[in-house]
Amino acid sequence: MEITQHKTVAKAEQRSNWRRYGPAILKYALLLLVGWVFFVPLFWMASASLKDLREIYTFPPQWIPANPRWVNYVDAWNAAPFGRFYLNTLVTTAIGVGAELLFGTLTAYAFVFLPFPRKNLLFLVLLAALMIPIQVTMLPNYLTVAELGWLNSYPGIIVPGASVAFGTFLFRQHFLTLPREILEAARLEGAGHLQLLRLIVLPLSRPIFVTVGLIALVNKWNDFLWPLIVTNRIDMRVLPVGLAYLFDQEGNSQWGIIMAATIFVVLPILIVFAWAQRHIIAGLTAGATKG
Amino acid sequence: MVALRKRGAAPTDVRRVRRDHLLFLAFIAPNFLLLGVFSYWPLLYQAYLSLTRWDMISPTKTFVGLNNYRFMFSEPGFHRVLLNTGYFTGAVLVGSLLLGLALAMLLDQRLHGRNIVRGIVFAPFVLSGAAVALVWAYIFDPVYGLMRVVLGWFGVGSPDWLVSTTWAMPAVIIVYLWKNAGYSAIIYLAGLQNIPTELYDAAKVDGATGWQRFRHITLPQLSPTTFFIAVTTIIFSIQAFDIIAVMTEGGPVNATTTLIWYLYQQGFRAFRAGLAAAAGMVLFILMLVITLIQVFIVQRRVHYS
Repeated sequence: MEITQHKTVAKAEQRSNWRRYGPAILKYALLLLVGWVFFVPLFWMASASLKDLREIYTFPPQWIPANPRWVNYVDAWNAAPFGRFYLNTLVTTAIGVGAELLFGTLTAYAFVFLPFPRKNLLFLVLLAALMIPIQVTMLPNYLTVAELGWLNSYPGIIVPGASVAFGTFLFRQHFLTLPREILEAARLEGAGHLQLLRLIVLPLSRPIFVTVGLIALVNKWNDFLWPLIVTNRIDMRVLPVGLAYLFDQEGNSQWGIIMAATIFVVLPILIVFAWAQRHIIAGLTAGATKG
Repeated sequence: MVALRKRGAAPTDVRRVRRDHLLFLAFIAPNFLLLGVFSYWPLLYQAYLSLTRWDMISPTKTFVGLNNYRFMFSEPGFHRVLLNTGYFTGAVLVGSLLLGLALAMLLDQRLHGRNIVRGIVFAPFVLSGAAVALVWAYIFDPVYGLMRVVLGWFGVGSPDWLVSTTWAMPAVIIVYLWKNAGYSAIIYLAGLQNIPTELYDAAKVDGATGWQRFRHITLPQLSPTTFFIAVTTIIFSIQAFDIIAVMTEGGPVNATTTLIWYLYQQGFRAFRAGLAAAAGMVLFILMLVITLIQVFIVQRRVHYS
């Protein structure tokens, strides 16, 4: 009698324990699963980049290579002109981001702080351009760039994508929240618009500046279609296009070398991401909640 | 400005206003010049090109009226392209919404390590599509790939993903979802955090179950977010190029040829400028329709709520 009572009490306790901790255990299990699913392809890439051919062609595969083959990175670097790809990507990304920030700030400043008849209509013209991404007009834009003699050149890669619609929108949203009294006061002190922009508006806009810059950085670094179309010389390829070129050359047998090359492309962005994830997310969600 | 004129504005004021107008134009000039030359003009030029036959080399373009459109819409190959585009966009849309919401609900829970997992889930979104495509091409290797291992845990054999006309499209969709689910998730997460907690407290007092709270508070409160994600997902997925270009090149036998790949192929591989331009116009009209629907619905919501 006493024993059975003990048992039921223990069972009830177990049940209440489960009721108490069960959902939490389930949630942690799900969290682990999600983390695993999203992490494993990246791990797989890193692991394969250190495998020799024998290890790549083993089943079941090894999660961690027994003898990390660092020389894959050297081989990848020599299999295609990756130094040149880096240079091209760095130049086009840096200038592209700079142009985006400059043009975006100037345009947004004009729309918020300068008078112009029917400027709202003009702003609509700007936003409507979001419907015409370069993917849609790649053919006529290619013809324009060819006409300008810009094929296989940095201007050809950079200039057609240098207009800023979404970034301008984000800047404008932010500028609208700035305290107008400060700006008015500075105006009365005799400050010109460029001074206002430099001395007041920009210092008060650092977060949005960083955010728009980072989103532009990610987009330009990863850009594939446009640089693919306007270049055909190997020394003018950017990193993602050069990576696809390497894949074409090596075929899908040299996975170790190809994965090492893939790391060349993604590592810089992953480092930026680890450092600035918060700002990137801030920009994307700002577009969503205010859009 | 009107006020100034009524008072008979001093000449210095008029000059100041005119100077500000000029400054406005100077500030927006670079951006608008670029938009004109590389967004609006090419659209017009493309509309014209779509009415011609041209191999992109010969000096003359033959005007053919609507023949390119007629040819395209009567060709079974193009029907397949439209079907593929619908398949890809539809699957990506449903997947992004469901996966995004599920991930956001999980990552919204107070759990240790959730920030790390948030980072991991979002990271693929910032990576190069070409790089991601290569990693997954290896994962999908039917003999030595990771996918075979995972399927093996469930006792399922691996299809020859990228060589099979049936499995190539699901493979591309899986990769696209893996790369972009984090985006939907963070937007949903922001939406979840904007729902006032009082709503849940009140529902709890009324004795609503977890499911009822989800069904009658969370989902309706998230509907603007869902709408935003749906529109952006459609617009982005219609433009999706790099994953398809690197993983399948539209193949095998057109199985993954979407509108954008068709446009690229006609223009830059087959040099049929007229057909490519017509495909570009179809693409643009799709973007236009989606945007108009969005504007219409957002405006109605602003008016009536």
